[in-house]
Amino acid sequence: MSTKYVNAMNKLTFTITLVVLGLLMSCAPDKPKVESEDYEANQAAPATNAVAENADPGKGLGQVTTVELKTPLEQERIGRGKSIYDMKCAACHKLTDQRIVGPGWKDVTKRRKPEWIMNMITNVDVMLDQDPEAQKLLELCLTRMPNQNVSIGDARDVLEYMRQNDGEK
Amino acid sequence: MNKISRWTLALTIGVMSVALYNCKPKGPAEISMGDAASKVYVAPGKYDEFYNIVSGGFNGQIGVYGIPSGRLFRIVPVFSLSPENGYGFSEETKPMLNTSNGFVPWDDLHHIALSTTKGEHDGRWMFANGNNTPRVARVSFKSFRTEEILEIPNSGGNHSSPFITENTEYLVAGTRFSVPMGNKDVPISSYKENFKGSISFIKVDPQTGRMNIAFQLRTPGFNYDLSRAGKGPSHGWFFFSCYNTEQAYTLLEVNASQKDKDFIMAVNWKKAEEYLAQGKAKVEKVKYAHNVYDEKTHTATSTLEDQVLVLDVQELKDLVYFIPCPKSPHGCDVDPSGEYIVGSGKLAAMMPVFSFSKIQTAIANKDYEGDFNGIPVIKYEAALHGEVKKPGLGPLHTEFDANGNAYTSFFVSSEIVKWNVKTLQVLDRVPTYYSIGHLSVPGGPTAKPHGKYVIAYNKITKDRYLPTGPELTQSAQLYDISGDKMQLLLDFPTTGEPHYAEAIPASLITPTSTKIYKIEENENPYVAKGEAQARVERKGNEVHVYMTAIRSHLTPDNIEGVNVGDEVYFHVTNLEQDWDVPHGFAIKGALNAEILIMPGETQTLKWKPIAAGVVPFYCTDFCSALHQEMSGYVRVSPAGSKTPLKFSTGATEEPAPGAGQ
Repeated sequence: MSTKYVNAMNKLTFTITLVVLGLLMSCAPDKPKVESEDYEANQAAPATNAVAENADPGKGLGQVTTVELKTPLEQERIGRGKSIYDMKCAACHKLTDQRIVGPGWKDVTKRRKPEWIMNMITNVDVMLDQDPEAQKLLELCLTRMPNQNVSIGDARDVLEYMRQNDGEK
Repeated sequence: MNKISRWTLALTIGVMSVALYNCKPKGPAEISMGDAASKVYVAPGKYDEFYNIVSGGFNGQIGVYGIPSGRLFRIVPVFSLSPENGYGFSEETKPMLNTSNGFVPWDDLHHIALSTTKGEHDGRWMFANGNNTPRVARVSFKSFRTEEILEIPNSGGNHSSPFITENTEYLVAGTRFSVPMGNKDVPISSYKENFKGSISFIKVDPQTGRMNIAFQLRTPGFNYDLSRAGKGPSHGWFFFSCYNTEQAYTLLEVNASQKDKDFIMAVNWKKAEEYLAQGKAKVEKVKYAHNVYDEKTHTATSTLEDQVLVLDVQELKDLVYFIPCPKSPHGCDVDPSGEYIVGSGKLAAMMPVFSFSKIQTAIANKDYEGDFNGIPVIKYEAALHGEVKKPGLGPLHTEFDANGNAYTSFFVSSEIVKWNVKTLQVLDRVPTYYSIGHLSVPGGPTAKPHGKYVIAYNKITKDRYLPTGPELTQSAQLYDISGDKMQLLLDFPTTGEPHYAEAIPASLITPTSTKIYKIEENENPYVAKGEAQARVERKGNEVHVYMTAIRSHLTPDNIEGVNVGDEVYFHVTNLEQDWDVPHGFAIKGALNAEILIMPGETQTLKWKPIAAGVVPFYCTDFCSALHQEMSGYVRVSPAGSKTPLKFSTGATEEPAPGAGQ
């Protein structure tokens, strides 16, 4: 391969990166920084905690610092988790390992810590901006995972449904 | 490019700039000065202090602007179709524009009334009038959506509307043109005998905001122009300006300008409530539509109502009084204390200010100069607080600040005049560009004005902006009123033709602003709560597509088994639950335009395929990096075909044998 060709390739890559970055940025406008804090404080919306509370790598960023998993699985949670999955998640995540818009859920509970999964669901904008693992997924999928307004309690139910999907009993 | 040609270019640009500068209209450009720019500058990412809720006039919409920046944030469709969000086009919203005459796609929206509690803005609802086909609308401050439209029967044009009482007990809807009641076929020349005025009192439910016509006043046949409710001591009264007391029915320009004085009509509505409770009202058969939008089903329903209760002010005493007011009064504005009522005679050289307490004394002493059709006419001097002498030409409307000052718009002399309500002294005047109509001080019509600014909504634009052919944007001006002298700060363009507007502190609105519709709470009968519920169902020749939208695909995106002659309903549910992620939906050839669906919402587009083929559909709102991929196909077979009904997303198959023939 000649040097010229490599340079051209680098330029092309750079251009593509810029375009992609541009698209990503256009998808996620920053909120007005100062006044929005008061504004947000008055909202009844689920807390999207921007503070990086988790020093523990692999747990992600957000309000969820510890999750207690029980065996056997909590059946009540599974039922609720499935209905939330059907309504808010299934359009982009299959239960197999097939990636469509987002990655398939097969073995997600083996790849990720439960805290990371719940933070990704409930604090997605911060995760995509700051968590290295979440950012890798964004580079792969090129569509920002939407904030689907899932509460922490609902995310815990979804997690239980994921565990069942991964074959836990 | 060589050096010489660069110099030539630079020179040309320079010359052109000078030439353009010389073309600028002379005069008004130099007026704004000093620190004006810093007073209206809202830095990127910062918010305006006030929402300005501005009527759109003949566009039938409401414009929402920020003050002091003058930036336009949103156009809320009220009495008109919206080629932005599908209001009036989607099956869910079509009933909102239904009337007793059928579907009216466009009306003329003149006045805004924001809901109040104890005379102060409470940030719950905005109300507006439909002037042509008489109606009153309620718009939510949470969603900025039109939630209710009530048609007004027995009205010939709903102009003195929808003015509001201090606790939002009532809105009024007074007819501008008197007409024969009950759609009677009579000679126009029988005006004096057959034509009547009609003033509707609309009760507002304090919890839900739902409107109902409580009663109508049957009044003498002339023109009821504008109105204001009393407040504080005058709470319980309403005041209306009346013109054409000559009762002319042709060339009103001349024939309705004969008398030296027309009337302000004072209505004791507490008395009307008493008569109503005593059963003094007559039931009249009428027909009017009452349209309500349900936030849970995202669907409007239209109901035809068939009666109103009527109180005749000529039969029932102590209900209505007339106060003489010079020459064709337009504005009829009540000051924050509730004591003073400003009458603005369009053709008068001075402005009378009436005193509520003096009016009460005059009534108690029967200090009348006579009667009009049996209704007492109070002596002018007995009701008068005083006159503002030589204020300007063509007074129209008056707003107030919290310091006892009034601001009146003058159409003919094209200016705002500041004067003191008690002393009646003129304090200051500023020109407007050009020919001001309404004006607005934040909180100006309430018991507690917020002050700070006055905004002029002008009728003539001319040279204020870059020309855009014969049709121009409308011109508004913002003035600082915090000091003794009014200071022009800003020109800003407005859409339609603004009439009345109100401004309200943003802090009353933003905390409760709706961001999404929760998908869990979506009760639209055609919702698909998740892709598992997405499907296509045939009922006779109706095909119902329960479709979901999420970045970046529609489900189903392949549909077969639709025939020419079918009626296809696309019920599109936006599965997103994040702020500001709408999806659009359009299908080629749809005579019913497009729809836009907010997160968690379901909206329906009806489509009738007229020819066999494969027809694409797609998302019209750029939603993600893969927005261009958010599309699909419907296969349309000839009428009567037996193509099996089939739908999918993400499924691929080998071409069927014989395909492509």
